[in-house]
Amino acid sequence: MEDMDEIVREFLVESHENLDQLDQDLVALESEPGSRSLIASVFRTIHTIKGTSGFLAFSRLERVAHAGENLLVELRDGRRSMDQATTDVLLRLVDTIREILRAIEVEGGEGGVEIDAVIAAIEAIQAIEPGAEPAEEPAAPAAAPVAEAPAAEAPVAAATPEPAPAAVVPAPAPAPAVEALPAAAAPAAPAPSPAPAAPSPAPAPAPAEELGTLRGGAADASIRVDVDLLDALMRQVGELVLARNQISRLAGGTDDVDLARSAQRLNLIAGELQEGVMKTRMQPIEHLWSKMPRMVRDVAAACHREVQLELSGGDTELDRSLLEAVKDPLTHLVRNAVDHGIEASEDRVAAGKAPKGVLGLRAYHASGQVVVEVADDGRGIDPEKIGAKAVQKGLRTADQVASMGQADLLQLLFLPGFSTAEVVSNVSGRGVGMDVVRTKIEAIGGAVEVDSTVGRGTTWRLRIPLTLAIMPALTVECSGDLYAIPQVNLLELVALDSQRSESGIEHIHEAAVYRLRGELLPLVSLSSVLEVGGERPENAVIAVVQSDQQRFGLLVDRVLNTEEIVVKPLSARLKAIGAYSGATVLGDGHVALILDVQAIARRALAGELDVAARDAHESATAAAVRDSQQVLVVGIGGGRQVAMPLASVARLEHVQADQVEYVGGREVVQYRGTILPLARLDRVLGAYGSEETSELLLVVYSRAGRSVGLVVKEIVDIVDDDSARHSDIEDAGLVGSTVLGDKVTELLDVRRAILAADAAFYDERPEHRSTYDDLPTQVGGSELVGATR
Amino acid sequence: MSQYVTFSLGGSLYGVDVTRVQEALRSHVRTRVPLAPPAVAGLVNLRGQVVLTVDLRPRLGLEPLGEDAEPMMVVVQVAGEPVSLLVDEIGDVMEVGPETFEAPPETLDAALRPLILGAHKLDGRLLLVLDVDQATAA
Repeated sequence: MEDMDEIVREFLVESHENLDQLDQDLVALESEPGSRSLIASVFRTIHTIKGTSGFLAFSRLERVAHAGENLLVELRDGRRSMDQATTDVLLRLVDTIREILRAIEVEGGEGGVEIDAVIAAIEAIQAIEPGAEPAEEPAAPAAAPVAEAPAAEAPVAAATPEPAPAAVVPAPAPAPAVEALPAAAAPAAPAPSPAPAAPSPAPAPAPAEELGTLRGGAADASIRVDVDLLDALMRQVGELVLARNQISRLAGGTDDVDLARSAQRLNLIAGELQEGVMKTRMQPIEHLWSKMPRMVRDVAAACHREVQLELSGGDTELDRSLLEAVKDPLTHLVRNAVDHGIEASEDRVAAGKAPKGVLGLRAYHASGQVVVEVADDGRGIDPEKIGAKAVQKGLRTADQVASMGQADLLQLLFLPGFSTAEVVSNVSGRGVGMDVVRTKIEAIGGAVEVDSTVGRGTTWRLRIPLTLAIMPALTVECSGDLYAIPQVNLLELVALDSQRSESGIEHIHEAAVYRLRGELLPLVSLSSVLEVGGERPENAVIAVVQSDQQRFGLLVDRVLNTEEIVVKPLSARLKAIGAYSGATVLGDGHVALILDVQAIARRALAGELDVAARDAHESATAAAVRDSQQVLVVGIGGGRQVAMPLASVARLEHVQADQVEYVGGREVVQYRGTILPLARLDRVLGAYGSEETSELLLVVYSRAGRSVGLVVKEIVDIVDDDSARHSDIEDAGLVGSTVLGDKVTELLDVRRAILAADAAFYDERPEHRSTYDDLPTQVGGSELVGATR
Repeated sequence: MSQYVTFSLGGSLYGVDVTRVQEALRSHVRTRVPLAPPAVAGLVNLRGQVVLTVDLRPRLGLEPLGEDAEPMMVVVQVAGEPVSLLVDEIGDVMEVGPETFEAPPETLDAALRPLILGAHKLDGRLLLVLDVDQATAA
């Protein structure tokens, strides 16, 4: 059976179950001849068997099932009513099907199971006028072929000693199971017995036993278990884990060696049990993979694409509820990849690719999560188009988009209301956007990522937790209450030492920040997010958490420990608060709320996630600059390169030339709600020969609420500046020159250049601007662009 | 005849349909739920199950119970889930006939109107019938 086709095996298991049900249905039908639902159920079963057997090329089985189906159609349509003879013949049909199935199971083929007799019997029943009184006479023709049946079955049920040929079909023995000799029971389930299950498996014992010892029947190797039962088991194991946590805690506090040993053993057993039960709920992702070839084929045909599907990692297992939850997002991604990702064949050939696009689905385990990748080698996603689309749809302003990096632009895909499809096609673009994919995946604690290279392809990556029911979490205390932070969200813990005031928390207006390895980490106080008040204790702890694209520090009073927690669902009205993803019972019996880090990020951080992510990225760049004394090298036209300390650069912006306005002869642009004076470096430094372009590239400096923009021609590079190589050639607006990347580069006198744009820029408190950092996102309002430390 | 599990709240006698009540017990340690509506008194661990607790006092417009007073819990079934109600004291199970029932008077506060289905006139006092679904829909 090892080599038996998986499909055949499933078919056998399923059919055996269906046939058992069929026995019951047929018998029930006899007492309740008019029941349409029972007839329909019987019909469905036979029809399914017929269909599958045709598909699997079991022609005998198909013929038998077909004959039975014909009879059932008449019953179903009310052209014939159920009577005893009909029931008998249908039960014979069931038994014959069983014989064939058994032959398939044993021999791998239908063998020589005799089917003509039962088909003849069915046809004999059908030959009787439907209206005719189904008394003795109709029974007779049915009985005759039945008598032959035992002989026909002989080759299969060879182990049954001497099948008695005397089975009279319409024998309404009230309890044949009691008096039945095995031989008498063997032929084809004489119907009306109240225990039809007893006669029908009768032929089985002998061969089945032989089989069992040899190979084990398909039906015995696996059982079907009610999902509710598994869920209940899972819950109970969860309780056990909690009890174990409690005992472990108790045992940890005593010197009792025996208790400690027992607790350790309990620990081990509970762990293994938990793993075992979790495995029962695991299903290979193959279940999803198996549906893909057909779908891809259909979608490809509909969009006139040639697609080669490559599946790998189908044996990666996932909790069944998660598998179900992943289905729709995955389907969407696959359709999307075929429809929008992979180009038409002629386009591919023109681009120098193989005419057939490759769509790869890959599943694998990575750091306690399951990663599902959908990768195509299509046209890729053009970040600029994404940006343009976002502007067109009013989701972002042109300024915002202009300053975004590629990765950030791709994140725009996940905004609600975003769809890049130019034309709404039948395949995708039916209002199900990537935002839905993200929402669905986030709902199960996962995350979606996208990588794309224009012309090379796109890879979507779904990160899914292995299971939802039990997860490791960090328990923290805040204002006297305990909360659990899922470990997947946690990056690190930072203990604030009250003794060293320098390492403490700093503020930008109300927004608290913390310098983590030279970078400003926005801080969110848990007690203020939850509005529970309470004073911050001296030794608070920062839990650095990652939500989606956003990293921030969650300020808590105390950290207790990490433990496996069992997630209990919250009632809907508490979920609606948008701060908790569930609750759990801790080792000491207390209930603790599980924090929903994503929701807290949304609640606490005013800026939208992707904007915030960009800021975080930029401040990271700034931080790197401070550490390594880098300079920004720009071209100003006329082949001249100018370098300026990167640390003093706030950001780079693109603006359209036609956005430039004039204030008293000075060029300005509107920038984040304020007026940004401009200075064209080429004019300040006297470089000529640079032509007007439609887009201006700005290097923005900000200080104390004032910003200026230096217009440059191009950004060349960011390089390390070795001050030893400076020469002191000076010119107006320069402080010297150096050789960077084999090219003489002038060092800009930033102060002078800025003053050229805004003479009042340094008026109040001149100071060195070497520690610029972006504002954390809690500070709303556009009047602040940065802060200096 | 209707059977009610009765309890007192701020001096009044309230009743909940007996078929809705799962159990009545001493109050457990509650975990507060920040940001939740005021009637949500927290979560309790009821034999491993996390159960929402609703304080009926704010719902019924009563002052909070004193600091040291210990409320009782009546656990009722709402939409298939247990919800625990905080009450002052638990009374008997009472059986009353429909003839003693009257709808709430017109003068009843509009905010309370959905919560109180009516009153049974008992000897010397009234048994107010609480709509469990409304009372827990905080």
